[in-house]
Amino acid sequence: MIQIQNVHKSFGSLEVLKGIDLDVQKGEVVSVIGGSGSGKSTLLYCINAIEDIQQGRIVVDEIDVHAKGTNQDKLRQKLGMVFQQWNSFPHLTVLENASLAPRIVSKLSRKEAVEIAKKELNHVGLGDKFDEYPTRMSGGQQQRLAIARALAMKPDYMLFDEVTSALDPELVGEVLDTLRMLRDDGMTMICVTHEIAFAREVSNKVAFFHQGVIEEMGPPEQVIANPQKEATKKFLSKVLH
Amino acid sequence: MMGSSFFTPLSWNDSGFILTGVLNTVYISLVAIIIGTLLGLAVGFIRAEANKFTNTLLGGVLDILRSVPLIIQLILFSTYIGAIGYPLDPFVTGTIILSLYTMAFMSEVFRGGFESVQQSMITAGRSLGMSYWQTVAHVRLPIGLRAVFPSWLGVALSVIKDSALVSVIGYMELLRTSEQLISRTQQPLEILIGVGIFYFIVSYPLSLYGKYVERKMAT
Repeated sequence: MIQIQNVHKSFGSLEVLKGIDLDVQKGEVVSVIGGSGSGKSTLLYCINAIEDIQQGRIVVDEIDVHAKGTNQDKLRQKLGMVFQQWNSFPHLTVLENASLAPRIVSKLSRKEAVEIAKKELNHVGLGDKFDEYPTRMSGGQQQRLAIARALAMKPDYMLFDEVTSALDPELVGEVLDTLRMLRDDGMTMICVTHEIAFAREVSNKVAFFHQGVIEEMGPPEQVIANPQKEATKKFLSKVLH
Repeated sequence: MMGSSFFTPLSWNDSGFILTGVLNTVYISLVAIIIGTLLGLAVGFIRAEANKFTNTLLGGVLDILRSVPLIIQLILFSTYIGAIGYPLDPFVTGTIILSLYTMAFMSEVFRGGFESVQQSMITAGRSLGMSYWQTVAHVRLPIGLRAVFPSWLGVALSVIKDSALVSVIGYMELLRTSEQLISRTQQPLEILIGVGIFYFIVSYPLSLYGKYVERKMAT
């Protein structure tokens, strides 16, 4: 499980996270919603040790993420992450994109790495694109490639940072379908998202971020359908119009 | 002794001599391009990663190498190294200076390449569990090198042409062999046109290739 305890994070004098507490159990899907600048993406970066924290701690399966002596490269293998920008490696084919990390990080043989990559690419519906270069594919396809690339590392958790925000509207559906499929597979996921309807549908728990704190948290039928806090109501009325 | 027989016209017997010049030009250019590229890669990477202080310091040295004409650097270095008692073979002197000169330009090319790779691309690599050096080797280097290949080729081409200047310190490359032939044959026009054609034949196809790659990358 992921335990987030009283996490504070600042960029210079700007405090972005002001004491976040959040537990994510195995198999849970947690959606993080909130306005831009509320700190929700920053939290994902802290979980993945891309950003350090100033106070508190984050523990992933008993490993203190920011403790001295933690092998963060190794830790990141447990935590797959997909970004708003898909960041496909442009010099590699689809299959090479997905098999690179298994080969050089997990030290699998080329054959094993390719096998795993093919399996994950088939899973996200890119089975006919192995030899394609990602720059020739749509944003939706590249984002599914990014998901397969992360899954090929056999992570225990997946972190999604607004993965549909940069997509053309007609491509959002295919990526959300992929996330639904992962939920059905039982993957533990934290989704930072603006897709409120999607969050309501797939989440066990929704956390509403507001000005660096979790303003309201609970099952979606509570936080999204029946919010208690003023800030939550205001935010939802704006995004759901 | 100093009669008309001293001047003999160009003949096929000179082809071996000319070939030596051609090969020496190719040889010193290749060596300088290889050493300059390797050093330039390292320095370019350091510049892309280093803090402001290191960058200002390094930048100053590189500015000197780039701004002082190559011919002056060659003469200064070969004279100085001889004067302090380490006379070097013209090839070694020429290689050292030409390589450093090449490095100064290559380092800027590669620095631009490394800096063209977006931070988010590197973060994506790290989030897959890659170490810092793995992202350098598998993400930044291949993406950055592709981006700057046409510029790299441009620098390499100018090195081939600039290598003619190594003739001033006595290295028997193409220009110097042709100068010797000219003083013997008194046929400067034919010889210099021939030398010019050689440089053209080597440079032009390469520069066409560079343009082709550039166009292909733009699409």
